[in-house]
Amino acid sequence: MLRVEEVQSVEFSSALISKFDEIVSRYPEGRSKSALLPILHEVQAVYGWLSSAAMDKVAEYLNIQPIEVYEVATFYTMFFLKPQGKYVLEVCRTGPCCLVGAEKIMDYIGQKLGVKEGEVTADGLFSYRGVECLAACGYAPVLQIGPEYTFYENLTPESVDQLIENLKNK
Amino acid sequence: MGRKLLLEHINVPGINTFQVYKEKGGYRAVEKALKTMSSDDVVEEVKKSGLRGRGGAGFPTGMKWSFLAKPEGVPRYLVCNADESEPGTFKDRYLMTHIPHALIEGMIVGSYALGANTSYIYVRGEMMPQIRILEKAIAEAKAAGYLGKNILGSGYDLEIYVQPGGGAYICGEETALLESLEGKRGNPRIKPPFPAIAGLYGCPTVVNNVESIAATVPIVNEGGEEYAKIGIGRSTGTKLISASGNINKPGVYEIELGLSVEDFIYSDEYCGGIANGKRLKAVVAGGSSVPILPANLILNLANGDKRLMSYESLSEGGFATGTMLGSGGFVVLDEDQCIVRNTWNFSRFYHHESCGQCSPCREGTGWMEKVLHRLEYGHGKMSDIDLLVDVSKKIEGNTICPLGDAAAWPVASAIRHFRDEFEWHVKEPKLALERNYGLAHYADPIKIAEEV
Amino acid sequence: MSDKIKVTIDGIPVEVEPRTSILNAARQIGGDIVPPAMCYYSKLEGSGGKCRTCLVKVSKGSEKDPRPMPKLVASCRTTVMDGMEVQNITSPEVIEARKGVVEMLLINHPLDCPICDQAGECHLQDLSYEHGAATTRYEFDRRTFDRVDIGDKIQLHMNRCILCYRCVFTADQITNNRVHGVLGRGDHAEISTYIEKAIDNDFSGNVIDVCPVGALTDKTFRFKNRVWFTKPVEAHRDCPTCSGKVTLWYKGEEVLRVTARKDVYGEVEDFICNTCRFDKKSTNDWVIEGPRQVSRQSVINANHYDTLQPLPVIKKNPELMQANKEQFERATKF
Repeated sequence: MLRVEEVQSVEFSSALISKFDEIVSRYPEGRSKSALLPILHEVQAVYGWLSSAAMDKVAEYLNIQPIEVYEVATFYTMFFLKPQGKYVLEVCRTGPCCLVGAEKIMDYIGQKLGVKEGEVTADGLFSYRGVECLAACGYAPVLQIGPEYTFYENLTPESVDQLIENLKNK
Repeated sequence: MGRKLLLEHINVPGINTFQVYKEKGGYRAVEKALKTMSSDDVVEEVKKSGLRGRGGAGFPTGMKWSFLAKPEGVPRYLVCNADESEPGTFKDRYLMTHIPHALIEGMIVGSYALGANTSYIYVRGEMMPQIRILEKAIAEAKAAGYLGKNILGSGYDLEIYVQPGGGAYICGEETALLESLEGKRGNPRIKPPFPAIAGLYGCPTVVNNVESIAATVPIVNEGGEEYAKIGIGRSTGTKLISASGNINKPGVYEIELGLSVEDFIYSDEYCGGIANGKRLKAVVAGGSSVPILPANLILNLANGDKRLMSYESLSEGGFATGTMLGSGGFVVLDEDQCIVRNTWNFSRFYHHESCGQCSPCREGTGWMEKVLHRLEYGHGKMSDIDLLVDVSKKIEGNTICPLGDAAAWPVASAIRHFRDEFEWHVKEPKLALERNYGLAHYADPIKIAEEV
Repeated sequence: MSDKIKVTIDGIPVEVEPRTSILNAARQIGGDIVPPAMCYYSKLEGSGGKCRTCLVKVSKGSEKDPRPMPKLVASCRTTVMDGMEVQNITSPEVIEARKGVVEMLLINHPLDCPICDQAGECHLQDLSYEHGAATTRYEFDRRTFDRVDIGDKIQLHMNRCILCYRCVFTADQITNNRVHGVLGRGDHAEISTYIEKAIDNDFSGNVIDVCPVGALTDKTFRFKNRVWFTKPVEAHRDCPTCSGKVTLWYKGEEVLRVTARKDVYGEVEDFICNTCRFDKKSTNDWVIEGPRQVSRQSVINANHYDTLQPLPVIKKNPELMQANKEQFERATKF
């Protein structure tokens, strides 16, 4: 459980707020809570993760209780509740991917980055984690990188090297 | 060559744009429906087509549509289930990536049939690129007058919005999806009431899979009866099959239902045989939830006849010797694959994805995963095998939603058909860590029961 | 009334109002055919359906559509139809499924009844005693959480929680703002406030009463006594906030704890306010009505009052006579 001291305040930019307004307009009157998931994605895309201060701010915007935001954010696996590396390599670890070597790719990424699953590299650039089926079994092994969730298919150690190199130089 | 209804123009450059899609005959169904048919006519055509839900359950789409309650003054909703998360299934991603307008066109036709003026496409959050693709397609369609107010002068208004999920397999269950769309945790609702009576925002709602919605386009274009001529028996039309695993040509294939499983796996038109010259060991035919079958039972029925790619043929023999077409996630395992490990992997998936609302699934999925992990890593006991069967029975049928069944079936079926391999893991724990059990007798011809 | 609906549960017919649930129809009959309920709470809208202990078999759907229902159904959330036939304790399938549910509920539940304040009035204890197996087949570590104080009056012992959601519904429906909820998912789901926060409003204490297990306990009563050593007495006061109708739990002259009055199914009759629950622990605060009737089967009845009755004994059985003599001597020593 978080201690209250860790909570810092957050201000959303006016561009972000107008994005929120557009999202809310998709739903009928009085159903603005529907906007919660899309808004959390927007917030995470800006801050890289969801701090409790940011979630409180979202609750305030949607006029709901903060706990309603926490409940949702902790339910869905895409929302990070802790700071992550700039690039989170999310590798599919479910059956069909494993049939063609996803586990080996995961191990390779761990070795390559020198961190364990969920940890962030010293330069703050990378972290990686196994995720469940990404619905791309025919192009396995696969990984994705947020916030655009760009897809990298048919991974091999070589293509992983290349990818990490490209990201470093970006 | 089987007929292609959904993927006919898949290789046309630019088919993802409105312009090219329209040139290739796109949006004819919208014109036809809105200008010449009543909404009931459209429902009737879909009923006649015999189209069955392509998301996994196989419930007739037309019937689902006709169940929709239509109280005065209450909005109705069509929600597209694009939360494709079933391991082994990636057809909806493919369709949305390459022919997004097929889905948008289907959404317009479907919404018109159901009398919905606002419709949502709930796409799993991981498919952010597809969300952008769909948003662009919607904007194009709107600019061309196929969405918005008074579409094609018919007086019919429609807005379509794309909603991202947040990473939860359970949101593929229709009521969990609706909860999620309402901005809540994806806990499946307790039914009744069914969405047809009280769905999104408590209003009558139909939730359909991407492929089902896209399939209404050729149905409206060609007529339900024409569509029903394709396929076999009650498995009408074409189906997108996501083929993955140890095959030469993994990918999405549109097949006419009724093709033989053997042809699907071995012909060059489809999977092109087992990769690396290996032999077939087992197949999960309809996404990870359906029972796994050994090579001999997936290719043939218990009576020796060829098994076909259809709802009926795949489920022939019940769970004793059959499986299900499910979502069409066709996962092929070669002789080098370990069934225990694969079962453990699937079991971990269901443990990870259980919403935690009802006790048998919340506790049982974790329990099965732990026991399977122990078996896979050489610490299992002979009694674990029966324990797994018993736990799976305690989950199956006793949960709020079908995730409980989906978690139980792969385990129960793996033990039913591959018990030897599980026992070998217990008897030879060290060996099991070093090598796999291999093909064993799983591809041997079936002994045909002599009873009449 | 003519529009009443006839339903048969374990062969016993009963007529109930339309839209009654099977569970409530069974409660109108009473006795052992009433399915157990760990998450359903008649006073909380939307509760039920989750624990799956109340599963029953519908062997006949209704007079109009006599087909049986394909799966066992949660009796708390299934409404009766005219002519419906339900099997509860007469169905081996139901008994087996319920045993499975109890086993599932227990695999991650700690065996800390000896130090749990809920022991003696714990619904999970009763459920396991009546429907469970004596041993467990679960051989792995149980999931554990840290104990948390949510405010100075309530302790959350998440290890014991069975995720019935009752406290969440209570906070939603009885209090004016909910600060706790279910976080996470699957078997890692937990009741929490996420950020360290006190649950503080006039009616928050009711979460203790609705909790079927010892996950939410009253810190003012914590470790003070076993419930079966305390005497429940009904009392009321003129409370500006709530009905003021409570049960006082006495040890000697001292009021150890105040709870709402609970019915035979463990549900409160009226929700009470925190002032009554936590701050009024002196006899002077209350108008005493008299001893609370407690079911004879309840462990809470075991040590009550001074009229300990020796068991009736069949005179011809020397072993029973001896046992009775010993018990009588032991009892009179105290």
